[in-house]
Amino acid sequence: MSNFLQIVWLIPILPLIGFIINGAGRNILSKAVSGFVGSAVIFASFLLSIYVFIEVKNGHSEVVHYFNFINIESLKIAFAFKIDPLSSLFLLIITGVGFLIHVYSTSYMHEEPSKDFAKYFSFLNLFVFSMLLLVMGANYVIMFIGWEGVGLCSYLLIGYWFKNNDYTNAGKKAFIMNRIGDLGFLLAVFWLISKLGTVSFDEIFSQVSLDKLSLADKTGITLLLFVGATGKSAQIPLYTWLPDAMAGPTPVSALIHAATMVTAGIYMIARSNILYIMAPLTQHVVAITGLATAVLAATIALKQNDIKKVLAYSTVSQLGYMFLALGVGAYTGAVFHVMTHAFFKALLFLGAGSVIHAMGGEQDMRNMGGLKKYMSITHLTFLLGCLAIAGMPPFSGFFSKDEILAAAYANNPILWAVGVFTAVMTAFYMFRLYGMTFLGKFRGTQEQEHHLHESPAAITIPLIILAILAVIGGWIGIPEIFMHGGHRLEAFLEPVFRQSNAIATKHALSHSKEYMLMGISVAAAFIALVFAWNKFSKYQKSETVSTGFTKLLENKWYVEEFYNAIITKPINSLSAFFNNIIEKKVIDGLVNGTGKAVNYGSRQLRWLQSGQVGAYILLMVIGILILFIIQLFL
Amino acid sequence: MGSYITFPELLIWLPLLAGIICFFTKGDRAARSMALLFSLIILGVSVASLFYTDTKFVNFNAVNYYYPNNLGNTFFVGLDGTGRLLTFLTALAFPIIFIATYKSNYKNAASFFGLMMLTQSGLMGVFCSMDALLFYFFWELALIPVYFLCSKWGGEKRIQATFKFFVYTFAGSLLMLIGIIYVYQHTPDRTFEDGTIAAHSFAISSFYNAALSGTEQNWLFWLFFVAFAIKMPIFPFHTWQPDTYDQSPTSVTMVLSGIMVKMGLFAVIRWLIPLFPLATVKFSHVVMILSIIGIIYASFIAILQDNLKKLVAYSSIAHIGLMCAALFAMNQLSVQGVMIQMFNHGINIIGLWIVIDLLEKQTGVKQISKLGGVASKAPVLTIMLVIIALANIALPLTNAFIGEFLMFSGLYKFNIWYTAVAGIGIILAAIYTLNMIQKVFYGNTNSITESVKDISWNEKLILGFIVCLIFVIGVYPQPLIDITKESVTILLSKK
Repeated sequence: MSNFLQIVWLIPILPLIGFIINGAGRNILSKAVSGFVGSAVIFASFLLSIYVFIEVKNGHSEVVHYFNFINIESLKIAFAFKIDPLSSLFLLIITGVGFLIHVYSTSYMHEEPSKDFAKYFSFLNLFVFSMLLLVMGANYVIMFIGWEGVGLCSYLLIGYWFKNNDYTNAGKKAFIMNRIGDLGFLLAVFWLISKLGTVSFDEIFSQVSLDKLSLADKTGITLLLFVGATGKSAQIPLYTWLPDAMAGPTPVSALIHAATMVTAGIYMIARSNILYIMAPLTQHVVAITGLATAVLAATIALKQNDIKKVLAYSTVSQLGYMFLALGVGAYTGAVFHVMTHAFFKALLFLGAGSVIHAMGGEQDMRNMGGLKKYMSITHLTFLLGCLAIAGMPPFSGFFSKDEILAAAYANNPILWAVGVFTAVMTAFYMFRLYGMTFLGKFRGTQEQEHHLHESPAAITIPLIILAILAVIGGWIGIPEIFMHGGHRLEAFLEPVFRQSNAIATKHALSHSKEYMLMGISVAAAFIALVFAWNKFSKYQKSETVSTGFTKLLENKWYVEEFYNAIITKPINSLSAFFNNIIEKKVIDGLVNGTGKAVNYGSRQLRWLQSGQVGAYILLMVIGILILFIIQLFL
Repeated sequence: MGSYITFPELLIWLPLLAGIICFFTKGDRAARSMALLFSLIILGVSVASLFYTDTKFVNFNAVNYYYPNNLGNTFFVGLDGTGRLLTFLTALAFPIIFIATYKSNYKNAASFFGLMMLTQSGLMGVFCSMDALLFYFFWELALIPVYFLCSKWGGEKRIQATFKFFVYTFAGSLLMLIGIIYVYQHTPDRTFEDGTIAAHSFAISSFYNAALSGTEQNWLFWLFFVAFAIKMPIFPFHTWQPDTYDQSPTSVTMVLSGIMVKMGLFAVIRWLIPLFPLATVKFSHVVMILSIIGIIYASFIAILQDNLKKLVAYSSIAHIGLMCAALFAMNQLSVQGVMIQMFNHGINIIGLWIVIDLLEKQTGVKQISKLGGVASKAPVLTIMLVIIALANIALPLTNAFIGEFLMFSGLYKFNIWYTAVAGIGIILAAIYTLNMIQKVFYGNTNSITESVKDISWNEKLILGFIVCLIFVIGVYPQPLIDITKESVTILLSKK
């Protein structure tokens, strides 16, 4: 074991310690202390992650084995971490963005009572711990521990203000939808255990194991794992929890529901890339589901008025993009977009938080407008984030989106066309949001206007750092056509995807074609951007009741209502039916019926013991006669 | 006959002795302290027994008293891995129960604690018996004190509930008795040290070797199985359970749900499968389908259940259903999962009852719809409950995850579709558990929950202990797995 690996365990343990300190000391710690402890442990993990990242870059990838988690003859599961380019990159994103969001939270949550403040930080630390387990785990079980752990933290943090029934409903919904996905994940793991007797990545992805799995096995396992991914990463059909999850505090939305947890599904599939590349059917399903989600969510985002809801649907849509990338075998592209998305979406959420903070809790964009002149830092950083997500060069989103679109085109031009269509919608709704929030005249109340202010440094500094990353973060993946020896990210991640790359057929695009595709998508998005900018900088509140297609979009295609009718209601009726009819009438009826029958029988038999000698003699004679008859005939 | 006292003897006689002493103790406090003291000593004995597992200590673990007779029965008790695990659970559960309910006042406490200790003695006997007649004796001995406990110290509808409970389980026991006698008549003869020859034998080894044809096994299987299925309980023999849990005094409910339901599973492991291996294989699908129906059925009922106690009862039926299904899958993963889960389920459900008891005592209600907002009044209680409830739905790093994971993996090897359907139970469990947490603990306080106070030292101590146990087993389950490793291998060799 090389030296650096001896400290790897500290990376997840430090946040766990933070969780314990803040959790146990929530009644005594002051806000300053709990905020400091909560952020400091993440910062320490971040420093360690940088160290690990550098070591991995120098070629030290290893599995660190700690102890046997479960050890029985037919199944051995080790508590082990896998440190390789993929996990070390995610470590940086989680702890880096995580740290900024912790710092931001110290200011954003400052009005909470100190007990709740500590509780908040302890949950946030617990989340980081779980997320780190998820990406560091060297087998599917350790990954699953983190997988469910992040779901739990998400539940706890969405329902952070637990007195509000809507919020706890949203938390519950998130947990249950995630559990549906988790069942798929678990079934895939059981499938692997029954076929291979192991859950360890290295063993499963070895040639020997892969040969043991039939095509049906691979397809089944990957599809079930993908069910897990649809839950965690909010894809059709399990995406409806994510917009509701916006009930949680805004930094939570930034960290959990944009930058890290929701990308767990992408991480898991990227980790299992070899299984997926060998299951073409699953690849198609992943690509089409991803693309469909991207389009659906983007259409919904066009008509939302809640600033966080727009960002939430935008997240769902961007995650769809990443799944499209996975589905067409562009694993590096997917991971690249995870990274750039973490930067600009965290930035956008935190910016939105800064706006909400200034607006005194207002989230409806119809009541905003003209914030540009009150909050210059928030405005500028937010604009950079919007440009990045809209895919304008040379901002980070451009490079990652372009890589995905190019790969999609190589696979099937229709995928590319739909992808560009989504990108156009993205540019439109983001600049609709930008225009409605920052441009034009202020539409809120006078009191709100009076309170408008730029946020304190603890909020603006993370914004600035993230804005810088959102601008330059894409440069590690500059395509070859712009710079010789570019695409450092692909080279870095190459060991992880080597097996898949050997199998996958690469359709290389000619340079001229690549330029053309890029030009089309950027131009189309730019037109949408300008159009939205013009239209919504003059936005006026109007009371018109929308009809037709607009109404359909405003109501999110009525998916919620549909789910309610086909799932929630039947479950409740079935529960009532089992309880009132089967349990009380049928089963207990039978049981009590038996009791009644015995009672009835004994009442009848009682007449035999009447105490009258005559009756006894009569019975005796009948008995003897019966015996005689039996004797005669047998 | 051993010249020293063995572990199983201590585990049976000490509670019996304690029970008798409690009966004759004057004063409620004295009886309570006496019971607690004895239960702690018994726990000490049980912990010690976990360390004397080597074959060189075999004399500590088994003893065989012989009374000259022609029946072929002896007082034969012993501890194997399974027995060790369940006696440990029993020994651990009683002090937990006594401490958690330390402040409860019982009318006529001397008899109450006396009966409790008698129950423990009976339970220990069930888990240690290596003789069929003795097993039957203890099986009934464990039932009778519970009957009195429920009918004397229970809730308003206790008579009705306990009558149902008693008739149900007693009917089952009688079926088993018929079965035992039938098998007994097919055992070989037995010669004792003093030359007495009995025509047949009740010894477990003789029972295992009884000459039974396939057809005989088939109907005998059901005689035994129904008795055990009622105890567990398995759908559709379960309707006694929600009423009994609801109406019994909480400490008795803890014994019932934490330990007594394990008697059914234990009996399947110790007697049913080894006695009727052919029938086990033949009927495994029937049993598993019943169990899985039970999982889904009970989980659905739990979703709209308003009575907190019945909710836990139905949740328990679902969990036991999974254990029973996994047991009949008969492979190493599933059976090992059942072993560890028997222990975990016992710990977790006792934890749940402790919380529910606290709430009911403070508010006087057990309807979920009447509660709400407890979290803001009693944060520590809430944290404890949330952890235990999450363990109950098998979140990773809690103890129940290990058990459920192993059981499901084993079940999957046996049949994919059973696993998929049973897996729906995982989702339903999340629904009813989170519903309950939300309605009872979250939201705003109302007139009923306004006066709720947070937990006091004894409850904190016990719930804290349970929570620690949940995490320790959840993170490092290997020691618990190792206790029953050998028993699992032996059981599977019987197949």
